[in-house]
Amino acid sequence: MTLDVQGGSFTVLLGPSGCGKSTLLRTVNALVKPQSGRVTIDGNDVAEADGTQLRRGIGYVIQAVGLFSHMTVGENIAVVPSLLHWDRARTAERVDELLELTGLPPDRYRDRYPRELSGGEQQRVGVARAIAAEPRVLLMDEPFGAVDAILRAGLQDEMLRIVRSLKTTVLFVTHDVDEALRLADRIVVMRQGRVEQYDTPLQILTKPATPFVAQLLGADDALRRLSLMCAGDAAAAGQSTAPETIAADASLRDALNRLLGGVTRLSVVRDGAPIGTLGLEEIRKALQ
Amino acid sequence: MTWDDLLLHARAYVALASAALALGMLAGIPLGAASSHVRALRTPVLTLVNIGRVVPSLAMLTFMVPLFGLGFRPALAALALLAIPPIAINADLAFRGVPAAALDAAAGMGMTRTQRFARVEWPLAFPLLFTGVRTAATEVIASAVLAAFIGAGGLGEYVTTGLQADQPKWLWTGVAAIAVIALAVEFALAFTQRRLEKGR
Repeated sequence: MTLDVQGGSFTVLLGPSGCGKSTLLRTVNALVKPQSGRVTIDGNDVAEADGTQLRRGIGYVIQAVGLFSHMTVGENIAVVPSLLHWDRARTAERVDELLELTGLPPDRYRDRYPRELSGGEQQRVGVARAIAAEPRVLLMDEPFGAVDAILRAGLQDEMLRIVRSLKTTVLFVTHDVDEALRLADRIVVMRQGRVEQYDTPLQILTKPATPFVAQLLGADDALRRLSLMCAGDAAAAGQSTAPETIAADASLRDALNRLLGGVTRLSVVRDGAPIGTLGLEEIRKALQ
Repeated sequence: MTWDDLLLHARAYVALASAALALGMLAGIPLGAASSHVRALRTPVLTLVNIGRVVPSLAMLTFMVPLFGLGFRPALAALALLAIPPIAINADLAFRGVPAAALDAAAGMGMTRTQRFARVEWPLAFPLLFTGVRTAATEVIASAVLAAFIGAGGLGEYVTTGLQADQPKWLWTGVAAIAVIALAVEFALAFTQRRLEKGR
């Protein structure tokens, strides 16, 4: 297989269990050495780099989190900075900054032990620990697989906000289609160690390359497709008299929800200014 | 029988037991570490160690006499051998109980093999490993009384002499002193363990 991942992008490796997505992920930080082929970061072959040095520059988050139970939350987050010999003051400052960033007030969380935290809080610490030394690449292996569904969406949004602000290149493994569609700039659909399709979520959903991709993604699921399209693109031009408004970057799925809820037409607004109107007719057109 | 005499014997007793425990740790911890890390070693090591566990203390002491003669050295060897099984078995369980996720994360964050052992594996294995050392300490202290039978001295002399001379007072003095030492050591080790594991 050949994959070229854009720097700064969020790429999801999606596929059923045992398709090789985790193994592929672990070749990037050289925890798994490929029998043949190469993995390069910025043109440098990872096989030629010193493994430990390489990994200190690559964030790594796993489903089981793997927090060190004998260290406090703060000490866990400080692991990579300490491996890189940051001084005490800089490390302490960074730890608090990361706790703040991941929504865990430093004064309450810094000195607690992992076992005192909930699953969701533990994985926040896991993410904070992985990005502590500002890695250019972040590898995430089903990080929210063990978090219950109610919390998962919140964690996904937060994580997305954090990695966007870091401009880190993210490789994210999951078998959850909705998670992939929600997070990815690009999705790699894998099956039995091979790439079935590598494209944007919308392209994969609307133009699946193989029957396997279509089946896995549920490409005929209209709601799924609507959730990837935005109101601004589907709106019909023209002045609107409809009092109900929706933001241009809201998804068509949200729009449909409103329309089915009793509103006959919506005004689409961007930055407060109306740009068009939206009704069931426009949504039907967008799906064709 | 004087206080000085009692202290002298107690000191010899503690010296013998500590030396035996130290040797037991020196052999038992690496044995447990090896058997937990190398699959092929596990069965032979644990079988050997379990055989060691069922040999009675007195028999172990007697076995050492033809090898080392009488006195301190055979007693030390026998007691060290008695200390190995609980230490090795607990070390094996302790290292195998370290969560794989923690080791994976440690490797993924760029720890070297040595850092992984020192910063993650050892501290996570420590509580269970230390429990083995506590068990061994209790066994060694209790068994060291028998060392007097092969001329290694210590508080056991009160017991042997008391028995031979039909002097229950000597016998009970020895037994009481040993019990005090065993309890003191157990409390000290339990306290140490709690201190070392604070917060976990």
